[in-house]
Amino acid sequence: MKKVLMGNFAASHGVRLSRAQVISAYPITPQTHVVEELSAMVARGDLNAKFIKVESEHSALACCIAASVMGARAFTATSSHGLLLMHELLHWAAGGRLPIVMVAVNRAIAPGWNIWNEQTDTLSQRDTGWIQLYCASNQEILDTVIQAFKLAESVKIPVMVIYDAFILSHTYEPVDIPDQKVVDKFLPPINNPEALKVGEARAFGSVTNPDFHMEFRLKLHDTYERAMEKFSEIDAEYAKLTGRNYGIVEPYQCSDAELIMVTAGSLAGPTRMVVDGLRAKGIKAGRVKLKMFRPFPVEALKEALKPAKKILVLDRNLSPGTGGIFAQELRVALKEDKRPVWGFVAGLGGRDITPELIESMFFDALGAEVPVSNTIFKGVRL
Amino acid sequence: MIEPTYTIEESEELVHPGHLACQGCGATIAMRYVLKALGKKTVVVIPACCWSIIVGLFPSSCLDVPLIHTAFETAAAAATGARAALDVQGQEDVNVLAWAGDGGTFDIGFQALSGAAERNENIIYCCYDNEAYMNTGIQRSSATPVGAWTTTTPQGGLEDRPKKDIVRIMAAHNVPYTATANVAFPDDLYQKIKKAASYKGMKFIHILSPCPTGWRIPSSESIEVARLATLSNVFPLYEVINGSKWRVTYIPQKKVPVEKYLEAQARFRLMGEEEKKRIQKNVDEYWKELLKRAKR
Ligand SMILES: Cc1ncc(C[n+]2csc(CCOP(=O)(O)OP(=O)(O)O)c2C)c(N)n1
Ligand SMILES: [Mg+2]
Repeated sequence: MKKVLMGNFAASHGVRLSRAQVISAYPITPQTHVVEELSAMVARGDLNAKFIKVESEHSALACCIAASVMGARAFTATSSHGLLLMHELLHWAAGGRLPIVMVAVNRAIAPGWNIWNEQTDTLSQRDTGWIQLYCASNQEILDTVIQAFKLAESVKIPVMVIYDAFILSHTYEPVDIPDQKVVDKFLPPINNPEALKVGEARAFGSVTNPDFHMEFRLKLHDTYERAMEKFSEIDAEYAKLTGRNYGIVEPYQCSDAELIMVTAGSLAGPTRMVVDGLRAKGIKAGRVKLKMFRPFPVEALKEALKPAKKILVLDRNLSPGTGGIFAQELRVALKEDKRPVWGFVAGLGGRDITPELIESMFFDALGAEVPVSNTIFKGVRL
Repeated sequence: MIEPTYTIEESEELVHPGHLACQGCGATIAMRYVLKALGKKTVVVIPACCWSIIVGLFPSSCLDVPLIHTAFETAAAAATGARAALDVQGQEDVNVLAWAGDGGTFDIGFQALSGAAERNENIIYCCYDNEAYMNTGIQRSSATPVGAWTTTTPQGGLEDRPKKDIVRIMAAHNVPYTATANVAFPDDLYQKIKKAASYKGMKFIHILSPCPTGWRIPSSESIEVARLATLSNVFPLYEVINGSKWRVTYIPQKKVPVEKYLEAQARFRLMGEEEKKRIQKNVDEYWKELLKRAKR
């Protein structure tokens, strides 16, 4: 069934179709609609779940963690300051191998208070052990939420489904809502044999000394690497049922491209448009949309970037003193590579990234052999 | 009225030998009684505290029930999550026991606790109070009494602040059941836990649990000192139903001076005579007020 939905509601429908059992969340702009709609769904009886209106994001995730330890399918949603408040618990969830799914809407971080789009909130959680999937449309949000539960439950690693504040969260697009039957076939009820059971004397999260801790982390690390493969399988299975899939990375016009721009989230749209415009002018441009950022799909990226002579990265985030986080990760991945990488930082705190601005990045790279500096701020008053 | 007797019927032991507690640890005795009262259909949630160690290192546990370790400040929120999972699985008859220290309850976990109480979550929250951060080596918490030495109050607690009245605060959330208890009064403790389990909604039990290491007492005197706390009215035993009906569950037959309680513990050694008198006065006033509240 097709409906015109804002990104946040697309997420709620994904959660409903996934039959989440325990939902615990706290309001924060621009995520709030996700859980408002979920409460309405629970109230209407469209979703048979416990919805717990906790007193903070910190408690929201603590609550999901314990519910997941007890074997329930758990969901939360947050953004920016809420996500940062969860930081300690993010480690608990991933270290505990709990298949929790979270929606994280990319929003800037204070000071000053800023509700607009920026990716620094989720990217600064990159070492917590959560899988991160970035979405570029409302349809992709709905589909990714459903895929995320399947992925989380098959590799026992929590998954963050991420999309841009307002550009997607509050923007209406036509979205195809799959039938419950189709989703049920794809995502059976949760069955976690490691969940604690009443009557059994087992413990979650006991004190571990140096003689055990490292093996736990190694296992997480190894499984994390396998999550990439697993996601591709799940994505293919989803395509069979719905006709839609997204890929770990999505190359556009890359096969003969001399300049390729890498970016994530809704920037996939305008960058694609700019590539079309440049191609019309005879410039061989391409772009790669990064869907999966954790684990970082090094091989898939290398493959997509093969034809490029020059690589550009568009980051809507900043690690102060280092630069854009995607650029930083890509440079490490391509360390043996001699090709220059232009690291552009733009659109912080929700500043517009116009097609003209993106085009000027391509022209910067066209007009020079190497970048003028590691990090180039665009669309900023100096 | 219940005398400090032990008549708990022989039931299954759910706290097994091999735990890692210090000798004379009140918190360990408290858990033993509480689980005897709750039985095997219980899930325990423990935040960072001495009990995260006492229970045993991976892969062992001295508890014969499922146990969720959780972050320091999250006992009540995690218990909420465990409750929700059990409920959606149709296991409404299982007890969820949050088991936290005074630091995890009065201080860092207070926000989550207040939230769970306000939502009237169907859990039993026990705070075993050893009156300091003991796991990390005896630092002051807001449950540390005036005048007590800790490693962060080396002058014996210069701060002239009364101990946070946690039970009154919890009762003010109008939850079905709040109570104090003391490991030196096992029957009273046991019956309060049984009673707590019979209510649906939030139950909060504040259990005085001596820590010989932190209180600077011989481990063999742990129970004796805890008993003095109640006999001197420093730690009265009472319960509050629905936040309004107060009932004192033990009235000491012969009042023991507060001094006797204080002098039994080296942590109060730095305390002056004036201070002791002031504490006696505060204790008397509090007791009077408590009896008044109980009469209403
Ligand atoms: C966020 C956080 N801060 C600090 C700590 C360190 N810590 C662990 S246990 C503890 C003290 C616990 O005190 P209390 O709750 O009174 O329990 P007790 O140790 O006395 O049994 C502290 C400070 C922690 N684990 N997590
Ligand atoms: Mg303590």
